[in-house]
Amino acid sequence: MGQMSRRQLLFAGAAAGGGFLLGWHLDALPRALAPTARGSQSGFAPNAFIRIGSDGRVTLIMNQVEMGQGTYTSMPMLLAEELEVGLDQVHLEHAPPDDKLYGLPGFGIQVTGASTSVRLLYEPLRRAGATARSMLVAAAAQTWNVDVASCRAQKGVVTHTPTGRKLAYGALADKAATLAVPENVALKDPKDFKLIGKPAKRLDTPAKVNGTAQYGIDIRLPGMKIATVAASPVVGGKVIDVDDSKAKAIKGVRQIVRLDDAVAVVADHMWAAKQGLKALVIRWDDGPNGTISTDDVVQGLAAASQKQGVIVRNDGDAPSALAGAPNKIESVYDVPFLAHAALEPINCTVHVTPDRCEVWTGSQILPRVQAGAAKVTGLPPEKVVVHNYYLGGAFGRRLEVDYVPQAVRIAQQVEGPVKVIWTREEDIQHDVYRPHYYDRISAALDARGRPIAWMHRIVGPSIFARWAPPIFKDGIDADAVDSAEQLLYDIPAIRVEYVRHEEPVVNTGFWRGVGNTHNNFVIESFMDELAAAAKQDPVAYRRALLNKSPRAKAVLDAAAQAAGWETPVPEGRGRGVSVLYCSWGSFLAQVAEVSVSKDGEVRVHRVVCAVDCGIVVNPDTVKAQIEGGIIFGISGALWGEVTLKNGRVEQSNFHDVRVMRINETPKIEVHLVRNLEAPGGIGEPGTSVTGAALANAVFAATGKRIRKLPLENQLRSA
Amino acid sequence: MVTLKINGKSHTVDASPDMPLLWVLRDLLGMNGTKFGCGVALCGACTVHLDGIPRRACVMPVSAAVGHAITTIEAIGDTPIGKKVQQAWLSLEVVQCGYCQSGQIMAASALLAKIPAPTDTDIDQAMSGNICRCGTYPRIREAIKQAAHKPATARKEG
Repeated sequence: MGQMSRRQLLFAGAAAGGGFLLGWHLDALPRALAPTARGSQSGFAPNAFIRIGSDGRVTLIMNQVEMGQGTYTSMPMLLAEELEVGLDQVHLEHAPPDDKLYGLPGFGIQVTGASTSVRLLYEPLRRAGATARSMLVAAAAQTWNVDVASCRAQKGVVTHTPTGRKLAYGALADKAATLAVPENVALKDPKDFKLIGKPAKRLDTPAKVNGTAQYGIDIRLPGMKIATVAASPVVGGKVIDVDDSKAKAIKGVRQIVRLDDAVAVVADHMWAAKQGLKALVIRWDDGPNGTISTDDVVQGLAAASQKQGVIVRNDGDAPSALAGAPNKIESVYDVPFLAHAALEPINCTVHVTPDRCEVWTGSQILPRVQAGAAKVTGLPPEKVVVHNYYLGGAFGRRLEVDYVPQAVRIAQQVEGPVKVIWTREEDIQHDVYRPHYYDRISAALDARGRPIAWMHRIVGPSIFARWAPPIFKDGIDADAVDSAEQLLYDIPAIRVEYVRHEEPVVNTGFWRGVGNTHNNFVIESFMDELAAAAKQDPVAYRRALLNKSPRAKAVLDAAAQAAGWETPVPEGRGRGVSVLYCSWGSFLAQVAEVSVSKDGEVRVHRVVCAVDCGIVVNPDTVKAQIEGGIIFGISGALWGEVTLKNGRVEQSNFHDVRVMRINETPKIEVHLVRNLEAPGGIGEPGTSVTGAALANAVFAATGKRIRKLPLENQLRSA
Repeated sequence: MVTLKINGKSHTVDASPDMPLLWVLRDLLGMNGTKFGCGVALCGACTVHLDGIPRRACVMPVSAAVGHAITTIEAIGDTPIGKKVQQAWLSLEVVQCGYCQSGQIMAASALLAKIPAPTDTDIDQAMSGNICRCGTYPRIREAIKQAAHKPATARKEG
């Protein structure tokens, strides 16, 4: 993925309201379609497009959403670099939902997630900018009747170099729209980049420091009601009956909406709705999951781990090598369900009328918002209008649209628009959780302590099988095995297996760092076990196995050096290391320094992270994403856990969903290893690489090997 | 009917005395800069100032705010300290998703009003009630220090 088809079709034409429109299509469509596209947006649909108005206004229609990761800045940077306009000249418009028009290459889904934006749009956006620039320059050359080569573009103006004549893009837009789209436009040599690779101020932040930025929860409409909801506390449960007499008596409560699996209180404001919800007496039929606890889930996973799984990778003959090995190490790892706890609680505003449905929300996946609303209402998708807003955090939670059909079902019973806001408790207890995984891993060591065979069996549900069935192929969930499959260590026999085991009791989905957050914890903790068994230094041990992976070795060296790995650790502390490589194409190495109190409290003092994500678009955004990813990863590894009792989630708010606070935050140092390799993802790997570094540091500090997360629980019970 | 003084202006709203200030601001007055995060004063997203003191609007009955000067994120930039904090936030690129930042900026402004040159411990104490899930804490700390440094520079110039 990531490479644009050479047969991509670009098209240009007059934009509605004058000016110049340029789009591109990412799929290899028959060339014959191209002419029908010219001058028309329907009939030939772009993946994204630029519009240059006669007034010179440059608009980028964005198919990626902003949830804090800086994509509203990095995407315009790619375009502006090749279009030769200033970053401040690019205006953004959000693309409407449409997988066919705006699906990401390789996914076919209009989605923001999986650390994909820069990876998959790096070339397409640059090409679009370069093509538009080339056409604008050609339009200028025609106007002046001069050679194209004597003209150059800069800051949105074309200059005829010999005479100094100038024409702004706006003045050239209409003419450019009549020109043929050039087939092959050269992209800049990275050494000539003016914007890419240089820190750029984010474009979305001024509105986020003065309270004017609009998130989904901020929508206000004339006549709008506010609702809050209690869904069945057990997945699959139903409402038996509701006593709403007390709720209805609360001032401001307008209506109680009963669904088969939820009850909503509709009110003039959230306070009345919340009070009303508290006053409801709901009797639930829990259904088949009402007796299940976390222990049952773990037992199910453990039993499934006894079976051989689907073989994901098979180098050499690992089972035989292990069977006959004198020096063998075997471990079991276990990681819990995790909640996202984005700070903006789940919310969705809906207005249903007989022939139309409008939805206002913040989503990573707009076409599914539209489809979800269309399915509930029976309206065709084009009658469902979706308005997207800034996302107050997502971390994978807003890749799910479960809350949209729920809000639409509520809205169907309400006159006028209704904003459905989940309380924090509802948000925590009805999340789509990071799966509970269970891993069996083993290795055989030779006489010098080097691994000669490696077996890793991953047991857990398949998110892809539900979320994007075409990606679930041959019984393998590429996410669930990510980074285990790509293991970089030079080991002659490697077998990786995947056992799909679904747990019906909660819904599971993507959580920042996704599959490799769990796999990296297992692999890098286990590498540490091997180094300890071989009585070798954890960095030196890994390094000796990375001769075939120079980029991984380089980040490991960079992190070890920056962290002072060779220098003594301050008294009472331990240092741990981890290395990450996965499908995002970025290489990371991290050194964490921790101390552990007598009662098992972990203090993280310092985290050093070296990152090679290939070509960097906005270096400050890369650093910010890694810093934030590390903090997200620390919260998850030290404290993160969602547990079940009687089918119900036991946690409910930030008193028992502990997340990192400023007073607990370590010193974080991010070092970028710069090169011209293809850009890799950066939104998630900072999270993924953190758990193992912490567990290994805990081992260094205490001698305790923790194989079950969260770490502090185990240190307390150990 | 309740009359409140918010950002220097008087507002009269039809709210029961126990209605939290957060929902008065957001749902009755349409001032959406103050955010709902947890509803129980655990996350700080709803932080406002009452006579310059940071308070969690999600648990503050509106009756307790009557007679006090309420300041929200919408107007904090009108104060010299608030303005400096906002500028430092932008200059150090603190913000990611931004949802918690109204509360962070209100907490930081109140801190600097009380302690013009806070230590790390002061920052920990004043800011540990404000959760940021994007993990912008290292930059929040630096931005507070940068904002704290500015008045000192200004005084030198003056």
